[in-house]
Amino acid sequence: MGVGIRVTNLNAWYGDNHTLQDINLHMPANNATALIGPSGCGKSTFVRCLNRMHETNPIARATGSVMMGDLDIYKDASPVEVRRRVGMVFQRPNPFPTMSIYDNVASGLRLNGFRNRRVLDEVVERSLRSAALWDEVKDDLKRKSGASISGGQQQRLCIARALAVDPEVLLMDEPASALDPVSTSKIEDLIFQLKSQYTIVIVTHNMQQAARVAENTGFFLNGKMIEFAATHKIFTNPTDKRTEDYITGRFG
Amino acid sequence: MRDSIKTGRVRSAWRWSANHVFTLLAVGSTVLVLAPLVAIFIYLLYKGASSLNWAFFTQIPKPVGESGGGMANAIVGSGIILAIASAIGIPIGIAGGVYLSEYGRGRMLANAVRFTADVLNGVPSIVMGISVYALIVLKAKHFSGYSGGVALGIMMIPTVIRTTEEMLLTVPSAIREAALGLGVPAWRAVVSVSLKTASPGIITGCMLAFARVAGETAPLLFTAFGNAFWSTNPNQPMAALPLQIYVYAISPYDDWHRLAWAGALVLIAMIMVSVSLVRYVASRGILKGAS
Repeated sequence: MGVGIRVTNLNAWYGDNHTLQDINLHMPANNATALIGPSGCGKSTFVRCLNRMHETNPIARATGSVMMGDLDIYKDASPVEVRRRVGMVFQRPNPFPTMSIYDNVASGLRLNGFRNRRVLDEVVERSLRSAALWDEVKDDLKRKSGASISGGQQQRLCIARALAVDPEVLLMDEPASALDPVSTSKIEDLIFQLKSQYTIVIVTHNMQQAARVAENTGFFLNGKMIEFAATHKIFTNPTDKRTEDYITGRFG
Repeated sequence: MRDSIKTGRVRSAWRWSANHVFTLLAVGSTVLVLAPLVAIFIYLLYKGASSLNWAFFTQIPKPVGESGGGMANAIVGSGIILAIASAIGIPIGIAGGVYLSEYGRGRMLANAVRFTADVLNGVPSIVMGISVYALIVLKAKHFSGYSGGVALGIMMIPTVIRTTEEMLLTVPSAIREAALGLGVPAWRAVVSVSLKTASPGIITGCMLAFARVAGETAPLLFTAFGNAFWSTNPNQPMAALPLQIYVYAISPYDDWHRLAWAGALVLIAMIMVSVSLVRYVASRGILKGAS
């Protein structure tokens, strides 16, 4: 089951560059939240703060609080613990090239020391089914490398890999931007189904995509969150002039 | 109109010849690079193959004046010394390379290590022999196989450290982040994902280092020293192929010269076999379509 995410006064820096300024928002459990905004506005930095991936860069830091359910991920948990509860799917598919399809999906559990074969088999099948990839790869599970399937399949493999560790939250940083329209619509269908079990945060440049999959949408500009509201409201009746300018294509 | 067609033809003729000239240059250079290697091997076969026989691989050297004998002790000695050298040079080198690429980026210590490795790479091998002589042999008061292994092991470190670093740097950061994003501890991500992805290149680097020190003579002169008898105890002076070749080659006896050629042939063959074997074994684990 997903958990709600409450972000309070989140600030983030890369060196002297203040990339996120006083972000406050609440993302309800088992919803999809879309983040839109022009390139460099801080959307990616924001999602990277939600699984503490931001701080893997030595010059980066962040302040403020991020509550996932009852857990303050910056106070009560180590980055490793946080990332076990928060799955992440990146912009470009990044399966482990030296591992088979099976090993890719099993990697999250295996690399954390989990060895029970029967359970692994079950988890791999369940995750690949959830990611709508099982039927396409079930005959090649251990024979093919994760890097040998098509780009769209690779991205669904990465989703399966993230789901296999049974996270509560799934972060997706432009998951379909490197994919063709058919693969994109598969990923969108998937997000729609996954919402029932996970809280999803999706960064996207594609506003139709945001409108299709997300209950709520946040608009970022220059490191600030300009507006956060129900998706239909953002797209039909935005409060802020800048949001309106952006979604009507007047800038960005 | 006609003019432009004409210049078009001239141009394409020029392109055709330029293309072929450069192809020829590239092929020519490749042949030039391969020629010495092939020439050496053929010459070794010509000079050494006739002296290779069963006795060469099973017997130890005969005393001066008697003909026959072999280099069994030197072959085994080289194997032991190289095993010790690899056991020292490869783990330290890989660990150092991991530090340089994964933990030490931009740090003073990393720059110092990188600089030291490059200098160490340029230290003449005889100096390495003398240093190990002073540090180990003098303290132990006797020559020993393990001191030769230490000298060669230290010589392996710079190559292994630098190739490990270079190869790890070619692993895309997206792959690293994928591992970290799954809640994998950083050390585990390095070992199971970064190192594994970079392993073909790292293995090549280790083999390069191995092949380089396998033929070293100078560092062994003051350390392993050589031994005319069976010596499998690393704490005793130990025979090694390069040493044996050296001693036989500068001797005044024709029979020993022939054995020296045979020894050189065996040394090169040993290096080629071990490198190919490691590559074969390493390539078997790689899946279809893995880059």
